[in-house]
Amino acid sequence: MSQSEPYLKISDLTKRFGDFTALSDITLEVFEGEFVCFLGPSGCGKTTLLRAIAGLDIQTYGTVEQAGRDVSSLPPAERDFGIVFQSYALFPNLTIEKNIAYGLENHKQPANKIRDRVAELLQLVGMPEQGKKYPAQLSGGQQQRVALARAIAISPGLLLLDEPLSALDAKVRVKLRHEIKELQRKLGITTIMVTHDQEEALTMADRIVVINNGLIEQVGTPEQIYREPATRFVADFIGSMNFLPAAKVSENRVRIGQLEFSCSDAAGSAEITSDQSVHAAIRPEDILVGNASTNYIDVTVDSIEFLGSFVRADLSSPQLDGLILLADFSANLVRSESLSAGSQIRISLPPESLLIYAE
Amino acid sequence: MKTPIKAKTSRDDRQMLVFMGVIACYLFVALALPLYAILSKSFKNDDGEFVGLANYLEYFNTPSLTYSIQNSLTISIITTLISVTIAFTLAYGLSRSCMRFKGLFKIIALVPILVPSLLPGIALIYLFGRQGMIRGLLFGHDIYGPIGIVISEVFFTLPHALIIIMTALSIADARLYEAAQSLNAGKIKTFFTVTLPGARYGLISAGFVVFTLTITDFGAPKVIGGDFNVLATDIYKQVIGQQNFEMGAVVSLILLLPAGVAFTVDRIMQRKQVALLSARAVAYEPKPSTSFDWIMFCWATIVSIFILTILGTCQYAALIKFYPYDLTLSLNNYQFDLMDGGGWESFYNSLELACWTAVIGTVLVFLGAYMVEKGKGFHLGRNLFQFLAMLPMAVPGLVLGLAYIFFFNSPNNPLNFLYHTMAILVISTVTHFYTVAHLTAVTALKQMDPEFESVAASLKTPFYRTFTRITAPVCLPAILDISIYLFVNAMTTVSAVVFLYGPHTSLASVAVLNMDDAGDIAPAAAMGMMIFYTNASVRILHGLLSRGVLRKTQSWRSR
Ligand SMILES: Nc1ncnc2c1ncn2[C@@H]1O[C@H](COP(=O)(O)OP(=O)(O)OP(=O)(O)O)[C@@H](O)[C@H]1O
Ligand SMILES: [Mg+2]
Repeated sequence: MSQSEPYLKISDLTKRFGDFTALSDITLEVFEGEFVCFLGPSGCGKTTLLRAIAGLDIQTYGTVEQAGRDVSSLPPAERDFGIVFQSYALFPNLTIEKNIAYGLENHKQPANKIRDRVAELLQLVGMPEQGKKYPAQLSGGQQQRVALARAIAISPGLLLLDEPLSALDAKVRVKLRHEIKELQRKLGITTIMVTHDQEEALTMADRIVVINNGLIEQVGTPEQIYREPATRFVADFIGSMNFLPAAKVSENRVRIGQLEFSCSDAAGSAEITSDQSVHAAIRPEDILVGNASTNYIDVTVDSIEFLGSFVRADLSSPQLDGLILLADFSANLVRSESLSAGSQIRISLPPESLLIYAE
Repeated sequence: MKTPIKAKTSRDDRQMLVFMGVIACYLFVALALPLYAILSKSFKNDDGEFVGLANYLEYFNTPSLTYSIQNSLTISIITTLISVTIAFTLAYGLSRSCMRFKGLFKIIALVPILVPSLLPGIALIYLFGRQGMIRGLLFGHDIYGPIGIVISEVFFTLPHALIIIMTALSIADARLYEAAQSLNAGKIKTFFTVTLPGARYGLISAGFVVFTLTITDFGAPKVIGGDFNVLATDIYKQVIGQQNFEMGAVVSLILLLPAGVAFTVDRIMQRKQVALLSARAVAYEPKPSTSFDWIMFCWATIVSIFILTILGTCQYAALIKFYPYDLTLSLNNYQFDLMDGGGWESFYNSLELACWTAVIGTVLVFLGAYMVEKGKGFHLGRNLFQFLAMLPMAVPGLVLGLAYIFFFNSPNNPLNFLYHTMAILVISTVTHFYTVAHLTAVTALKQMDPEFESVAASLKTPFYRTFTRITAPVCLPAILDISIYLFVNAMTTVSAVVFLYGPHTSLASVAVLNMDDAGDIAPAAAMGMMIFYTNASVRILHGLLSRGVLRKTQSWRSR
């Protein structure tokens, strides 16, 4: 990460609605040019945090600093950001051009300059011909692009996106993910996007902030979040994960059923004392066929579910005391090993992929 | 300990607060202070000395006065039962049957809104009076008195009840009907288990609205009440007849009580209805049923004939030379300058009042609603504003008018110069009809995406620019609705203005009253019809205009 001063610095931010605490003690730094996603389940406080950053709903405690300026108590109009809402909030009675020009017209620019800028923005979001239409005449994806163009028209220092893609259908969503990311990279604009869609966060973000119940669970690159989930919540929330009741034997050793395995020491497992009941966790796609590591076990394939490019298998073993392991195998592997329900195979659980979490 | 962050108020917020403050001041001066004046007057004697409850004691020891309480309640309850029943059955037919001419029936049923409440009384005199055309139908009963009042009030309140009940019925959930059908419930059983419970809030709300309108109405009992006294006419008689202002104030406050209770209950009902509405239901599509459709068609025809007969009789009366002796047609009765009551001038005054009320009222109401809905912070002030905006609905027109006498006519009031001017008529009318207009504006504003303002703020646009470029154009249909509502009511209202007009500011509706009082009933009918023509034309114009404006400025609505 950049060593320079963070562009946006949130310290000990708490937001209460009456007695209800929507966010507690959020501390977070966002660097210039970064694309950060707030990811979390519905109602966890993502939007609340975004609105606090924008000044739309000012926090109860804590400070927000933007570009070295304390903006904690400032109204939105005195901050520097552009915003896109889930509803897009396009002005229905203005044409696309007028919508995009809306912010520019306050800055006392000559009309032809505004016109050029609008044309440039329309070009940028890939809708050069649509300026004269009204929002209701556009598709959802096009409205989204217009909202984006309007938000970046005044070249804000910070771009805030609240679930900008959630109202679109799956195909358009995937396409727009790339477009938004491209645009962000091109402009180098510091961006925060709220989403509850992990795929969106994983593919778009430079860093992800996982929030649950008003608390930050983990901040990290998509890779870190996926590979080294810091908490059980993150492990569970992102991707799929086998959770197996287990007991910690010693440093980096865990017992599952009647077997002992080596495991990773990531995710704060050092704080867990020996003999404590824990959950051992491994992602289905990390389970390998064969004895590639010392952590191997012989299992029976109970059933196989074909899921296109890969296959999900239910695995069991008497040594696992009735626990079921889910494993994802590639279609190729299934063919070459001629796996089917009832097959006996040896699998290994790579120690670096086997994580443990306190109960 | 952490110190809470105190949001800095933006320039927009400050400016909006100032606007809201100004409009709140208006409501305070035009509503709260006059009401205080009437309240304190009721505890004082003729010389302005505080006498405690003496006036109230005197009132309750005068049987001829207290008898009106009972009369008012009786009339209002009977009217409520009849009007709501008719409105419900008619609304049921309009929304649940496949009868023909639904649109026409609906328009006819809404006609009474366009005429003053004095008009049905005048028609009844021609129909059932001493020389009435069909007085035999009364079997010797006298139309002057409770019968006449109730018929007039039913005419007058029907559209109000109909609108409310139609809304309640239109939100019924088709899925419930399908469920009832699949359970083989008969039509009658479905009616009692699905329709009636679904519309119950609407029915109760309609009941309270009709009750309030009736108990506070002064036009009908004045024209057709004979010597059957009600609270509203008592106020008028105490003030205009006997110049007993203190007693007028006492009766006013007694009238305020049932109206206030009814208003409060109605608000609660409305809130529940809204909750029902937001649970998105599937719209109900009626299926043809020959016998049911025919019954409903006949019923709607009967109601329409009732309404058209009243209106037609007035028109007939206005065009007849000298009923019942000379039945030739003439326009003599329209020569208002030959009668007492202010002549044509009063009609032009009414037009002027209606225009001013529509323009000033719409601006005031919509700005006020905008500031309250979209401003930030200052919750106490905002709640106070909401309360002031809702209050006029609970205050009967006569009470407001009398309160204005006490407040504005007081010699030490710097606003004293307003008395008897067009300005005070406009102020009282805007205030009198503030609530419904305010609610219309608030509803429209609530339907807008709340993020418009957030986006505008992020684009550093001052609020007044967003207001003029986005909010007002998007809410144009509601704004037009508010202005026509204010216009029509300013044309027809009698109650508040009857105490406030001056020698040069007489109004058409007041002229109807005064000509009727003087025995010039035919010219009174003619003037009443002038009000009808005006309102009907303005309504049609409004319809065309809003369609045109919609097409032009709101082309974005259609895709
Ligand atoms: N104005 C408010 N008053 C009271 N509670 C609120 C308010 N706004 C949000 N909350 C509560 O705060 C919590 C967080 O809300 P927030 O809108 O930030 O969730 P979110 O993470 O954006 O969820 P979603 O994915 O559903 O949009 C929720 O429990 C919500 O009910
Ligand atoms: Mg949200």
